[in-house]
Amino acid sequence: MPSKFHIEQADRSGARVLALDGFLDAHTAPQFEKVIEDNLKAGRVWLIVDCARLTYISSAGLGVFMSFLEEIREQGGDLKVASLDDNVYQVFDVLGFPALLDIQPTVEAAAARFTEGEGA
Amino acid sequence: MASFEKTFSLHVPSSTENLAMIRDFVSSIGQQAGLDDAQVLRLALAVDEACANVIEHAYGSEQIHQVTIRGEFDQDELSFVIVDTGRHFDPAALKPEPLEELVRQRKSGGLGLRLIRTIMDDVQYRIIPGEKNELRMVKKLHK
Repeated sequence: MPSKFHIEQADRSGARVLALDGFLDAHTAPQFEKVIEDNLKAGRVWLIVDCARLTYISSAGLGVFMSFLEEIREQGGDLKVASLDDNVYQVFDVLGFPALLDIQPTVEAAAARFTEGEGA
Repeated sequence: MASFEKTFSLHVPSSTENLAMIRDFVSSIGQQAGLDDAQVLRLALAVDEACANVIEHAYGSEQIHQVTIRGEFDQDELSFVIVDTGRHFDPAALKPEPLEELVRQRKSGGLGLRLIRTIMDDVQYRIIPGEKNELRMVKKLHK
């Protein structure tokens, strides 16, 4: 009965949208890590993590954001977060992530931040 | 009112694929203890963090070991004890680094214990050398 989790990818206004669905924990975090790695290898550094269908996150999931943020920003990109549900937002918030990540209410708003030229 | 106490145990192999089962177990106990949905979710998160630490650090991600989760509650408090027989650690030696510093160092870990301490009211770690390690976490009820 492992955690249910999958990621759908799409392109939007020049950014790559990674839509997370289900439970992001120590078991599923490596899948998320791999998807980000693959995008960076392909030179895609404008990344939006769509959390509309993310129902759960533990520190292993947050660790993925933490470990890639610096590298992505060094390459002129960003890892933006969109559509966080209240319970998931609380976990980001209690650890102080809102001060570090660009968290937007919708994928549209996150995509607009890239095209506005306000990378981070 | 007569005092009452309920105790539950779960033993699972030390694999992260069992974290979902562990969260379901913890959530059921939280609901029985009368916590609301948001509190149940945070409780499940705290125990998930503790068990993920055991699997990754105490057992070095070897899946051949056992993790025991014992939950109990009475009118006043709800507690969970996580038992392992792997490598122990010293929580006092873990200095909490600012998040900005962890990002700068591109770390992916170091947040689990911080979450546990935020969610639970009391956290204690006991090492019984050569036998087992126990992390005990308490949540006060009706605060």
